[in-house]
Amino acid sequence: MKQRTLLRLAWQSIIKNKMRTLLTMLGIVIGVGAVIVMVAVGQGAQSQIEAQISSLGTNLIIVLPGSTAQGGVSQGAATFNRLSIEDAEKLKREGTTFAAVSPVVSTRLVVIGPQGNWRTSINGVSADYFTIRDWTVTSGETFIDADVTSGRKIAVLGATVAKQLFPGQDPTGSQIQIGHAPFTVTGVLTAKGQNASGQDQDDIILMPYTTAQTRLSGNVRIGQILISTFSPGDIPAAQTEITAIMRESHRLGDGADDDFTVRNQTEIAKAATSTTSVMSGLLAAIASVSLIVGGIGIMNIMLVSVTERTREIGIRMAIGARGSDVLTQFLVESIVMSILGGIIGLAAGYGGSLLLAHLTGWRTVVPLFAVLIAVGFSAAVGVFFGYYPARKAAALNPIEALRYE
Amino acid sequence: MTDTVVPDATRPVIDVSDVTKIYEMGVNKVLALRGVNLKVFPGELLAVMGSSGSGKSTLMNILGCLDVPTAGRYTLDGVRVDGLSRNALADLRNQKLGFVFQGFNLLPRTSAIENVELPLIYDRSGRWKDTRALAGEALGRVGLGERLHHQPSELSGGQQQRVAIARALVNHPTLLLADEPTGNLDSRTTVGVMVLFQALNDQGITIVIVTHEPEVSRYAKRIVEMRDGRIIHDHPVEDRQNAAADLKALGDEVIGFPAEASAA
Repeated sequence: MKQRTLLRLAWQSIIKNKMRTLLTMLGIVIGVGAVIVMVAVGQGAQSQIEAQISSLGTNLIIVLPGSTAQGGVSQGAATFNRLSIEDAEKLKREGTTFAAVSPVVSTRLVVIGPQGNWRTSINGVSADYFTIRDWTVTSGETFIDADVTSGRKIAVLGATVAKQLFPGQDPTGSQIQIGHAPFTVTGVLTAKGQNASGQDQDDIILMPYTTAQTRLSGNVRIGQILISTFSPGDIPAAQTEITAIMRESHRLGDGADDDFTVRNQTEIAKAATSTTSVMSGLLAAIASVSLIVGGIGIMNIMLVSVTERTREIGIRMAIGARGSDVLTQFLVESIVMSILGGIIGLAAGYGGSLLLAHLTGWRTVVPLFAVLIAVGFSAAVGVFFGYYPARKAAALNPIEALRYE
Repeated sequence: MTDTVVPDATRPVIDVSDVTKIYEMGVNKVLALRGVNLKVFPGELLAVMGSSGSGKSTLMNILGCLDVPTAGRYTLDGVRVDGLSRNALADLRNQKLGFVFQGFNLLPRTSAIENVELPLIYDRSGRWKDTRALAGEALGRVGLGERLHHQPSELSGGQQQRVAIARALVNHPTLLLADEPTGNLDSRTTVGVMVLFQALNDQGITIVIVTHEPEVSRYAKRIVEMRDGRIIHDHPVEDRQNAAADLKALGDEVIGFPAEASAA
């Protein structure tokens, strides 16, 4: 039989029972729609996190104190604090693959401005920090290496801090007090928004790390060292180089474990997105259960349809239809029905994810692979659940089928 | 019609030799046919008669390649049928046979022309080109050229049976099998259908009609009577009736092949 004839037959029998077809397809529509919405939410969350991770800076490598493994046992980060300014300076001096190196000395203090005070996180960094984190100023300027060397009492305010201390004003050039020391504001940073874990990245003050170490608390140890490479391809080489320099700086023997941890941005992103991908996988799995239920609905209706049309099958066989013709006819019918349901479900899922995004403000992304999988899967459901009824039809004895009342 | 070929009048269309059919129903064995011998030659109009349980339906199913004999040989138009596979039987039915059933057996909610086209879409030899046009032509031959797009529910019983006959004719079969074709029709319509069968037979189509109505068998050329799975009588019809003349006597118009029917 011609394919066109087959499709016409399937279409005719589908539209002969509009209500029944619609109800049968509903299972597939809901299944595919649910999968699409769930994947859209999961992908949206993931892409949001990825965007936030990349806002950390480009080609970023972080050196953290503490070892990840001692004698084969993972200890986690910050087992004990062993990063120093000397490490950072040695990395900056000897590194060949690094674009920029900056230590980060971090503390939280109350900052007093002319119109109020605000508790925020103070980061002592080098001038390279602005390059590494790809951070620019909206007004004023950042600081330079000379400011770090001389330990000038200057501060660059994050957008949130500027708004809290100088509402409606440009704080550049004004004085603020941190701890007991006065500082001059040299600039205001461009807003970055929340980071992957929901913290406000703009609630921050940056100053030379030399100043932070001498003027603020007596913390000479460094929380982390940030390094950026020239290109993403340099990251593996840079990590090797960092490890070598750090081991030398810490005078670690051949057998000793690293007492620091080197992480690149991809690893950080992976850690952050693994939770969401597990979640979205779980949601999609639950949603696909409804697809299977929809498939069972199709099988049920096809079985009813085969019984109902036993006489028709007998007639077709009597005038020369082979078993395979009958099988194909019923199979095409269930496939057309499930693909149709899949396409409607796709539209419903797309609409649903847009609506969800509109109502909740979540970012939703419907990726092409989800569209292909949903349609492909619904076709597969049609084949899988349509095969048994179709085979039953094909195996009928024409004499008995003709006699069927 | 010139395309109804009668190749060799001496070779039987149907050659049934010592055919036995046994149905096993659980532990019971039912002997439906006990050694049937039958030859039907091209151009015959044969009526198979018998009461229910005589085995005429079983014989019909075997002649129609819907079933195969338990023992014995059946040759249809030179093709050995016994022992063929399901698919080969289906192809044989499609190429050589036309069926007319008691209950018309048209597909519901499917137009007349689509019903008639049905055998052609299952053809595997690729010998039919414009199947729609052929179906329309066949409906024209049975006098339903004006009702191509009517559904069975919009047609009278006689018209439905004529659609079924058109469907049986559309593939130019070597044998037309009719199983109680007038069982659901009143006597007047019955005569109308027999007019068609006689006209088709006059064009050279071999027809086997299974019936229990003596009125129907009177229009045949030969009668085979069955009882208990055997043929007990096989004789030509001496006082053969002309259906067209009977229909005229009833005061009805002759539909389909008016020229041939009145000439016959």
